[in-house]
Amino acid sequence: MLTADRLRKVILDQAYRAQEGHIGSALSIAEIVTVLYREILRGETGDPRRDRLVLSKGHAALAVYGALHLMGRITVAELSRYCSDGSTMGVHAQHGVPGVEFTTGSLGQGLTFGCGCALAARLRDESWRTYVICSDAECDEGSTWEAAMLAAQHRLGNLWAVIDYNRQQAMGGTDGIISLGDLRARWQAFGWEAVEVDGHSEDELRHALSAAPAHPDLPHVVVANTVFGKGVDFMTGQLRWHYATMTTEEHALAISQLRKRQ
Amino acid sequence: MRRSFVAELDELMGEDRRVVLLTADLGYSVLEPLGVNHPGRVINVGAAEQNMMGVAAGLAHSGLIPFTYSIATFATLRGYEFVRGGAIVHGLPVRIVGIGGGFEYGAAGVSHYALEDLGLMRAQPGMTVIAPADGAQARAALRATWDLPGPVYYRIGKVELPPLLELAGRFRLGRLEQLLPPANLVMIASGAAARLALAACTRLREAGVECSLAVAACLAPEPRTDLIALLSQAHAAVTVETHYRENGLGSLVAQVIAEEGLGCRLVRAGVDSVPQTYVGSQPYMESVFGLDTTGLMAAVNRARGVTPSL
Repeated sequence: MLTADRLRKVILDQAYRAQEGHIGSALSIAEIVTVLYREILRGETGDPRRDRLVLSKGHAALAVYGALHLMGRITVAELSRYCSDGSTMGVHAQHGVPGVEFTTGSLGQGLTFGCGCALAARLRDESWRTYVICSDAECDEGSTWEAAMLAAQHRLGNLWAVIDYNRQQAMGGTDGIISLGDLRARWQAFGWEAVEVDGHSEDELRHALSAAPAHPDLPHVVVANTVFGKGVDFMTGQLRWHYATMTTEEHALAISQLRKRQ
Repeated sequence: MRRSFVAELDELMGEDRRVVLLTADLGYSVLEPLGVNHPGRVINVGAAEQNMMGVAAGLAHSGLIPFTYSIATFATLRGYEFVRGGAIVHGLPVRIVGIGGGFEYGAAGVSHYALEDLGLMRAQPGMTVIAPADGAQARAALRATWDLPGPVYYRIGKVELPPLLELAGRFRLGRLEQLLPPANLVMIASGAAARLALAACTRLREAGVECSLAVAACLAPEPRTDLIALLSQAHAAVTVETHYRENGLGSLVAQVIAEEGLGCRLVRAGVDSVPQTYVGSQPYMESVFGLDTTGLMAAVNRARGVTPSL
């Protein structure tokens, strides 16, 4: 059963076992990924009419691998090979993993891919939807806004973007690097139907992603206010956890803090 | 060449609804009929080449065959990482149509000179790289490659010129097309530069020098078998391309000569520096870089190891 806290435990365990980083980024989208996989996405892997999910912030791939595992699509044995030699599962999203649509890792590409998917569904007169999870730092990339404008121009109402607005990027806080300000207003100005939610509230995410849109013919964006490293106190808002790997003690402490939340 | 290619594409779009065309706001007076003939399947994405390449990947991932269209520099350089991250990494049938290789945009200047497009595309494994010599070969090349499972790059000439009668529109994937019979001296040309090479060969023959001419319209998959056969019989070869001397046809031929241990001297005619501060007509720019008949005759002399003028 996929829950956000179970997903966090998988993220912590696998990141520790593999001695890999990008932990804070994966933790901040736990609820977003949980709600999408458990309640929103329709269709099985390989079904041409399945909904598509593009993890544009590819560095948080462990959250997606973990969700696929907790949904029963990736076995423990497969997951335990995360980042091993020859594994299909790398730190950044890899499409060799069944259920992962696109390999990503270079910021600013995912929304362009997703825009193409949504356009394809339109051209093929099919009803499946495309969801793209973007980071806030990806809003620095011009290509994100190129895709945003095309989606609005073609009124791609079958396209959803979720922005993980954790206000942290690779070298520091977004406000001190490239301030994104009122991100909802920016997306609205680009012609999207934009809502803002608490990105750790499954109820708010569910409502934003499943309620009938007020403007069904516009692309939809959910600006999800999140906390970097959410769920582990000593990682919360700490830039170090964009990069760092856990020691044995840190892993044990992180798991104990997760348990206290449950 | 461009109008021939687009006419063939128009036919393909009529035959297969998977084929769609994206343009990054270029193709004025050329692409409009396709929009009329195939409503909804010609999409101007605006001046946004990165997005065009990403969107094309998404379309191809979902079962369509997208052609992307722009001037060759913009088509290959601006969106390059999106081609890599999309079409290449996922092995998708994205088509990239780059218009106007070399100096075809003449006085427009260096921003519009595609001098590294073939090298960039050759650098990506799995990319089929096509540079037809004339309109008839462009049509044949498109017909032979449009439904390949992986990505394809087409360098398509902007200028419309009479067909090369010796070529007769032949194209085969991964092969050379012979225009003049094998000889000790060989010229190999790609793209619209075949015309320049043919003019030089004609002048050589008038001077009593037999020179073979082959067109390499397909750089990837590389025409290795044909190159070995051609160069095994030759003492000297000159490659002719409106492209930087690195990474294009000349580099490909040099690799084959070295790897196959062929005893053939090679001279790579091509562009050897960036035209930073001057512009000119296509013939002028080609002459600056030794790609006119005079320059190619000099290249042939270097290849033959002779210094007197022919």
